[in-house]
Amino acid sequence: MLEKLRQKFRRVVKRVTRRELSPADVEDIIWELQVGLLESDVAVPVADKIIERVREQLSGRKLGLKEDPRKLADEVLRQAIHEVLGTDGKVDLLKLIDAKRARGEPAVLVFVGINGHGKTTTIAKLAKYLLDRGYKPVLAAADTFRAAGIEQLEIHAERLDLGVVKQRRGADAAAVAYDAVAHAKARGLDVVLVDTAGRMQTDINLMDEMRKIVRVVKPDLTIFVGDALTGNDAVEQASTFDRSVGIDGSILCKMDADSRGGAALSITHVTGKPILFLGTGQGYGDLVEFDPNIILNALFTD
Amino acid sequence: MVLDKLGKALHGALQKLTRATHVDERAIKELVRDIQRALLQADVNVQLVLELTKRIEKRALEEELPPGMARKEHVIKIVYEELSTLMGRPAQLQLKPGQSTVLLMVGLQGSGKTTSVAKLALYFKKRGFRVGMVCADTFRPGAYEQLSQLGEQAGIPVFGDPKAKGSIELAKRGVERFKRERMDLIIVDSAGRHRREETLMEEMKQIAQTVKPDEVMLVVDGTLGQQAKDQAAAFNAATNVGSILITKLDGTAKGGGALSAVAATGAPIKFIGVGEHVEDLEPFAPERFVARLLGMGDIETLLKRIEEAAWAEEVKPAEMKAILAGKLTLQDVYDQLEMLDKMGPLKKLIQMVPGLGMAVPDEQMRVGEEKLKRFRVIMQSMTPGELENPRLLNASRMRRIARGSGTSEADVKELLRQYELMRKLIKTIARGRIPKFGPWGKLLKQVPKELK
Repeated sequence: MLEKLRQKFRRVVKRVTRRELSPADVEDIIWELQVGLLESDVAVPVADKIIERVREQLSGRKLGLKEDPRKLADEVLRQAIHEVLGTDGKVDLLKLIDAKRARGEPAVLVFVGINGHGKTTTIAKLAKYLLDRGYKPVLAAADTFRAAGIEQLEIHAERLDLGVVKQRRGADAAAVAYDAVAHAKARGLDVVLVDTAGRMQTDINLMDEMRKIVRVVKPDLTIFVGDALTGNDAVEQASTFDRSVGIDGSILCKMDADSRGGAALSITHVTGKPILFLGTGQGYGDLVEFDPNIILNALFTD
Repeated sequence: MVLDKLGKALHGALQKLTRATHVDERAIKELVRDIQRALLQADVNVQLVLELTKRIEKRALEEELPPGMARKEHVIKIVYEELSTLMGRPAQLQLKPGQSTVLLMVGLQGSGKTTSVAKLALYFKKRGFRVGMVCADTFRPGAYEQLSQLGEQAGIPVFGDPKAKGSIELAKRGVERFKRERMDLIIVDSAGRHRREETLMEEMKQIAQTVKPDEVMLVVDGTLGQQAKDQAAAFNAATNVGSILITKLDGTAKGGGALSAVAATGAPIKFIGVGEHVEDLEPFAPERFVARLLGMGDIETLLKRIEEAAWAEEVKPAEMKAILAGKLTLQDVYDQLEMLDKMGPLKKLIQMVPGLGMAVPDEQMRVGEEKLKRFRVIMQSMTPGELENPRLLNASRMRRIARGSGTSEADVKELLRQYELMRKLIKTIARGRIPKFGPWGKLLKQVPKELK
């Protein structure tokens, strides 16, 4: 994970071995770093921010005799990236579900994102994750727009032996989601996972439809599903979805496709909300809990 | 339209140069930096961008000026040439006459293969070809159902079996069947995969070896970042990619990843997906794209669209005569709006007009488009009599129409005002005079001579 960026960082770190950092040294390092971040798919404005921070910390800096220049660079970079990755909120999904259950209500999770970035597959994986931990989830087929959006979710549900609440294609998505919540309440189920249609953030009508779903079911968590292979557009996507419905957290898919994971930085930077899980393959078990240190450690361990 | 946002950024960089009074080293360096940033923000491969901009800078600073050419023009010419190289060579999808052309679609998970298969099929069906679609994705749940629903919607036959396990065998059977049925074009949809999934890459290779496609088309997500280059190279190594289709260009993505894929495979971009509906596909012409960047418009595409929409609904000569005589009815206006709607979003059309391309702000365009939509709804609430003779429309009728269409009386009045304006304009033009003033005059002034 993030191999390339790590290598670049190591190279940068090694270059800061002289005792004094001249402005030219700093600019050299900055350039390397910039290329490294961009090559790892960190969006340009986010890379700029990280770089700004590093420049501030490094310029005019003199090294003490006992100070290890490699450690210094390490620290500066770590801090700058942590600043972007670090968010105030931490979402404890299981605790949230438990709290709702104690009140006799199901936790409602709505998944949003653009087309083809992994919403439906992620929902299936998360359902499996919850089943394995003794929870009772139900799926809501609120992607009533795409051809066979409902069928795809149904097949997953069948394989996982789960219930799915659905209507026909073209039905009102908010109504499907609402029915699913009512169904969960009536049957005493713990979690409702609402699958929505993928939508480009520029599609005004579909963005309105999504707002309606959120307005009607009042989800406990609205989760943005992003694609780890996305480049600069990650910023636009995450910020538009966040502005429209308020994102509580994200899940980043396709981390196994050789992704350098820069999208993780872009998404957290614009939403200010944590990444909850990473999707790492096509199997139901390929979902790992996110921890910012995963990315940081991947960046800075030899 | 095509790679719109990248276009805007590059256009901006070039305009800055055109406005500069003196083109010196500093101006060139600034231009190079602007182009660099535009390309990087568009997700073009970092190394590719660095090489390209280095070349532009070197050529702009070192090449001798051809006689009679200003430095400014020379620099623009260099940028044009280098960008054209980046866009790849122009190419169209050619169908073999009298035989079945087999097209295999490949790509990463979620890049939009299945939707694109249906879009391509409809595109060729509209042009009079017989097309069949084969679902060889036995992996993703609902893949067959998705294709068959799309096929049903577009009236295109689909071969597949949701219960089958072997995708290679399935692809073979599908292609054989459609060959027997003498289809002009057979499009094979395959499961999504990435370069780290070796068994799946091997499977794709075998599908290609079995069905022997005339062309393998790589579907690239327009939002794809730096991975585009390596992923495309891996697909190319396994199946020899012949062309590229970029999807999701209706969002904010700039599609630069696809340009990296062009560089990695040597394959040209042939189509771009610009929306969720099966009609939302456009052929891609790199030279036109670059020309449009430099403000030359894309008249060819515009004409083609008008032609295509006109196929559906031809104006009868008698009607045309009546219209030119000033007897334009609201029904005519409604028919025109319907036709315009078939040609696609107004925004895309306007951008193809030379000189208007980048000039109309997005927001204004959106408002304009919504207004047209509202006009259509209002006209749908009118009686045939009212459509033929708008003079019937008194206050009480207008109130009824506004209520019926969910609009306001002001909206109805605005429609009538626009209609009156249009009627007068056509009358003037019919008399052989081209208006020089007013909003229409202003618009017509921007249209180059050749078109008038």
